[in-house]
Amino acid sequence: MNKKVKQNLGFLLLFLCILTTVIFLGLILYFIIIRGYSVLSYEFLTQVPKKSMTAGGVAPAIVGTFYLTLGAMIFSLPLGVACAIYLSEYSPQSFIINIIRISINNLAGVPSVVFGLFGLAVFVKYFGFGVSLLSGSLTLGIMVLPSIISAAQEALTAVPQSYREASLALGATLWETIKRIVLPTAFPGILTGIILSIGRVAGETAPIMFTAATFYMRGYPNSIFSEVMALPYHIYALMTEGVHPEVQTRIAYGCTLILLILVLSMSTLAIILRQRQRSRTYYGT
Amino acid sequence: MYKKKENTIRWIFTILAFSSLFFLVGITITLFISAWPAFQEIGLFEFILGREWYPTYDPPDFGIFPLIMASFLVTIGAAIICVPLGLGSALFINELASQQQKALLKPIIEILASIPSIVYGFFGMVVVAPYLQKLLQIPVGQTAFTGSLLLGIMATPTVCSISEDALSFVPNSFREASLALGANRWQTLTKVTIPAAGSGISTGIILGMSRAIGETMTVLMVTGGAAIIPTSFFQPVRPMTSTIAAEMGEAVVGSTHYHALFAIGLILFLITLIFNIIAELISRRYRLKLGLGR
Amino acid sequence: MELNTKIEVKNLYFYYGRSQVLKDINLDIFEKKVTAIIGPSGCGKTTLIRLFNRMNDLIPKTRLEGTILLDKKSIYDPKVDVVEIRRRVGMVFQKPNPFPKSIFDNISYGLEINGVSDRRKREEIVIQSLKKAAIWEEVKDRLKESALGLSGGQQQRLCIARCLAVEPEVLLFDEPCASLDPISTQKIEELIRELKKEYTIVIVTHNMQQAARVSDFTAFLYLGELIEFGETEKLFTVPQNKMTEAYLTGKFG
Repeated sequence: MNKKVKQNLGFLLLFLCILTTVIFLGLILYFIIIRGYSVLSYEFLTQVPKKSMTAGGVAPAIVGTFYLTLGAMIFSLPLGVACAIYLSEYSPQSFIINIIRISINNLAGVPSVVFGLFGLAVFVKYFGFGVSLLSGSLTLGIMVLPSIISAAQEALTAVPQSYREASLALGATLWETIKRIVLPTAFPGILTGIILSIGRVAGETAPIMFTAATFYMRGYPNSIFSEVMALPYHIYALMTEGVHPEVQTRIAYGCTLILLILVLSMSTLAIILRQRQRSRTYYGT
Repeated sequence: MYKKKENTIRWIFTILAFSSLFFLVGITITLFISAWPAFQEIGLFEFILGREWYPTYDPPDFGIFPLIMASFLVTIGAAIICVPLGLGSALFINELASQQQKALLKPIIEILASIPSIVYGFFGMVVVAPYLQKLLQIPVGQTAFTGSLLLGIMATPTVCSISEDALSFVPNSFREASLALGANRWQTLTKVTIPAAGSGISTGIILGMSRAIGETMTVLMVTGGAAIIPTSFFQPVRPMTSTIAAEMGEAVVGSTHYHALFAIGLILFLITLIFNIIAELISRRYRLKLGLGR
Repeated sequence: MELNTKIEVKNLYFYYGRSQVLKDINLDIFEKKVTAIIGPSGCGKTTLIRLFNRMNDLIPKTRLEGTILLDKKSIYDPKVDVVEIRRRVGMVFQKPNPFPKSIFDNISYGLEINGVSDRRKREEIVIQSLKKAAIWEEVKDRLKESALGLSGGQQQRLCIARCLAVEPEVLLFDEPCASLDPISTQKIEELIRELKKEYTIVIVTHNMQQAARVSDFTAFLYLGELIEFGETEKLFTVPQNKMTEAYLTGKFG
């Protein structure tokens, strides 16, 4: 076969690959937006479910997802960022610390359902928090902890060493250097990582299935020890439980659209932040 | 005095860092402790190679071989989809796309990566499965193939973005040297660029597969859930993750069933750990090879 | 004219891991003079100058033997406060490294961390330092803009101003012109000649002409050893050591 023909065929193949990927994304968005849009209404967003899930809205699920995400972040943000600061700024360079770094990276790849098991054994049973907002938040928090640590650490390592040297050479202490020079420089990168983690936590289902979520609630959770409804679990439950499959599927479309909007706006925000940061930073020569 | 303050701050960070490590180590320990009785009661060999999974029968059977096979079948199917799609997309973005196309395509891939698995599961259940059932004239649409298809799409962004990184690390001088010798762009791509980025690309593929094998909600919703050793792509199967998710709610705490589900979790944990370690080793060697250090 | 020793290096050995980088260095740095450290790359000159303000503390697995005295007091004494040493001994680096902050904040930073809490006072010192570093005229209208928008030469003078603001006694220059164009280099050299009226200056350079132009004393380092030290004029015209002569005449390096 002619060299030129081969090249054209190859390029066509690559184009088809990316086209298929994009088309798939388009299809998912198309179906969910078209079919979910008609379900959305003010009532759907603000009412509690009525008539065994066939009417009313899904407000408790939205609120529940919000609480769970907030709880997870309250727990994992300070721990994760502090851990990253320790690993990149304070810890001595040693074999053990290297092993720790690698293990954290690896834990980021552990399946979320495994974290769910952990949450069940430790928070629900061992500590006796029961199936609750608290157990779910802690489980989700531990699940994103490795990602937050990795993202923050990456942002901190990207801060040029010369900034640290310049600050220390002026007689700044280590903490002053971290607080006034390193963290502000790394901040956009850390923020991007955090926003992506928020999106991920909001959309996770497996870790909360046996630690926090319930299918049906008349009202809103009133303490950290009460069960909660959550959008992702609610979608699953609507599709697998209950006795009115048709109405439930319609509601599930609505929930999926809300969840997609929530999660995708987070990732879009992260993408925009990252691009702005890229175009703005240039590290001298 | 400021030295005292500095030391206090250092201690605070050390304590916080080690408490997060404590939690992460805790996971591993918890899994082992909770899984241990299962191995004792069932026997490691019977557990992993047993061909029957009937946890609620009397007497129950706890053989997870069908579940392991199902997980691997679905994952291999997903790889067949995500490797060409992910790699092809990465090559297109890195080698062919203009700056504007890149600025559009890269965010699209990122958005695809951030869609929660429940959405893929839901989409698979209400759109893909019924469509496949009609198209292929099969009794149920929820099959290993449906799972593979959705997981494949789901893992595509992982493969794509890691491969894309690897490709962008290949120095331009390699490409220029090849083009200067009279090779055309396609030859340069297949004979120079792809081999140079090879280990980075394989890292991406391994991590993509690791993501697929650990995925829960999608397979739970679209693979049907029959715990039998699969003989074809177009039949319902029950992978490890969906077994845990589907049965944990019913398992009595402390029962053999409960511990067996933890044991499945432990096996999943170890499988993904091995995948990740291999990926880490490959990418480390690769960075050394291209002189990128660390 | 009387010479006062500001920094005294005594029997100094320095190691990175197992490899010895500096060997038995003995050297006096005189007050309000410019001392140049020259030598081929890899001879340890940057390592040496970074020892004067303990910057090498940041590099793991390093070890030091011998002493360095600043005003007759050892700077490596365990009781000594490293932060205080670095405030007294300022440093300008190879590559200009302004912080990603405004021009004003870059200079003000050193004052804030050293406890100058009065804003009026800080403003005054910032302006003074910029004037001293001969960059005031170029930046006076854009103090609030990012320092990263300045040219390389301007950034380097800004870094010098940043150092001056905390009123150090010694200024260390580690190849300050390595990444600059000839005109910027000339400006920095003029500045160094001006600054030596008030400060003790040590400059590392691989550029012999530069050493000859700006320094009063020169130390020639080769493979971690101090080969020759003396007044610049003498060292450049009648080097005592064959190796120095060979280096100065371009036979190696």
